[in-house]
Amino acid sequence: MSIWDTTAGHVVVVFAEALALLVPLLIMVAYLTYAERKVLAAIQMRRGPNVVGPFGLLQPFADALKMVMKETVIPEGANRALFLLAPMLTFALAMVAWAVIPLNAGWAIADINVGVLYLFGISSLGVYGIIIAGWASNSKYAFLGAMRSAAQMVSYEVSMGFVIVSVLLVAGSLNLTAIVEAQKTVWFCVPLFPMFIVFFISTLAETNRTPFDLPEGESELVAGFMVEYSSMSYALFFLGEYANMILMSGITTILFLGGWMGPFNILPVLGPLWFVLKVCFLLFVFIWVRGTFPRYRYDQLMRLGWKVFLPASLVWLVITAGVLLATGTLPTPA
Amino acid sequence: MATLDRTARSLLLRELVSGMWLTLRYFFRPKATINYPYEKGPIGPRFKGEHALRRYPNGEERCIACKLCEAICPAQAITIEAEPRADGSRRTTRYDIDMTKCIYCGLCEEACPVDAIVEGPNFEFATETREELMYNKDKLLANGDRWEPEIARRLELDAPYR
Repeated sequence: MSIWDTTAGHVVVVFAEALALLVPLLIMVAYLTYAERKVLAAIQMRRGPNVVGPFGLLQPFADALKMVMKETVIPEGANRALFLLAPMLTFALAMVAWAVIPLNAGWAIADINVGVLYLFGISSLGVYGIIIAGWASNSKYAFLGAMRSAAQMVSYEVSMGFVIVSVLLVAGSLNLTAIVEAQKTVWFCVPLFPMFIVFFISTLAETNRTPFDLPEGESELVAGFMVEYSSMSYALFFLGEYANMILMSGITTILFLGGWMGPFNILPVLGPLWFVLKVCFLLFVFIWVRGTFPRYRYDQLMRLGWKVFLPASLVWLVITAGVLLATGTLPTPA
Repeated sequence: MATLDRTARSLLLRELVSGMWLTLRYFFRPKATINYPYEKGPIGPRFKGEHALRRYPNGEERCIACKLCEAICPAQAITIEAEPRADGSRRTTRYDIDMTKCIYCGLCEEACPVDAIVEGPNFEFATETREELMYNKDKLLANGDRWEPEIARRLELDAPYR
């Protein structure tokens, strides 16, 4: 029995694995903020950050340093414990979800059989961070932002759920690795294309991105649920939000874009690289959408979620199931 | 038919896709902005920037303390005191411009009969304190010495239109 089979050994291994995933993830988050500024700048024919380091590549670290040096202000009327808990919760949940994401065949830290459920559960918990922040700040803007955010995330989770169910019908498994394996012949974004679009738009709403960024709504709510936050507590929200964007792109990649498999299965050795490339592409689309569309009005947001996406995903779910039954390709439990 | 057309268009997200296509095209366009502290935009010969007091080529200051600029200044930013010099010529003993009051209208330049006070091409004279923006005669003359080649060229370029 080697040292790695003991409980302590397991803990060390899992810790090292988590570190190996989270450190690159956090660096990716840092550079996502840079990429966002650069892409938005390019769309607006500006240059974007280009002074700190070559091509402004050190900008994220300069910003991080500035953020850390600032004073953490806790409003007088705020509930201190919850006020400080909220950003930590948001950040931790955005990190924890990565445990089940397989970057390559068998590379998930926890290759559990209910991976999709786990992801769904964790992403639903994300709303707590926001609503606690909004409530604990004891501020009108923060509270309004939190209310909006809660309503929005709940609405879009419903249609997202149906989209995921139609993927599960085709894949025949809740295990993320098995879902990717099921896309060996064709990525699910081809047969389930409308669902892919619905899912992507829902992830925009789920991560509070433009055109669904009402919870932050700069022009009317200043910064929404984050108004009262500063310094590290704000940075944690920020990191959590961008990590959530990467997470949602990762989930989309796994569910629809064939995870670590290259197009037509070329160069399977590149596994994780394919995964990262697809995630980067989706993140680019996230930013691209932000550079293109104005914000939805609140009633339009709700209408889109409940009156368009929900019926559409329901109908498509029935169609998917019907086609699978009719052609006899419904996957049966092994 | 029109209804069908409209429905198809909205289902295919036609407008969204065309919007995305537009921003994508802009994404690859050349930048409209310049890399400011390292590159600068062009400035016309009539640009009204930081003030300067000029000298004649022999080093004698041009200003004859006629106080026309002080009189015309709509912001009353100029203060002049004058006394005859030892050689009998009339010169300023004090020529102050409060740059925090100045509105850069250029009337002082227009009023000056000897082209002594001019607004030069320099627009990068931000300071960290207010006091530094209270220019005195020394500062203005120093500006004149520093910018004279450019000021002379600008006056020459603008001369046909005056």
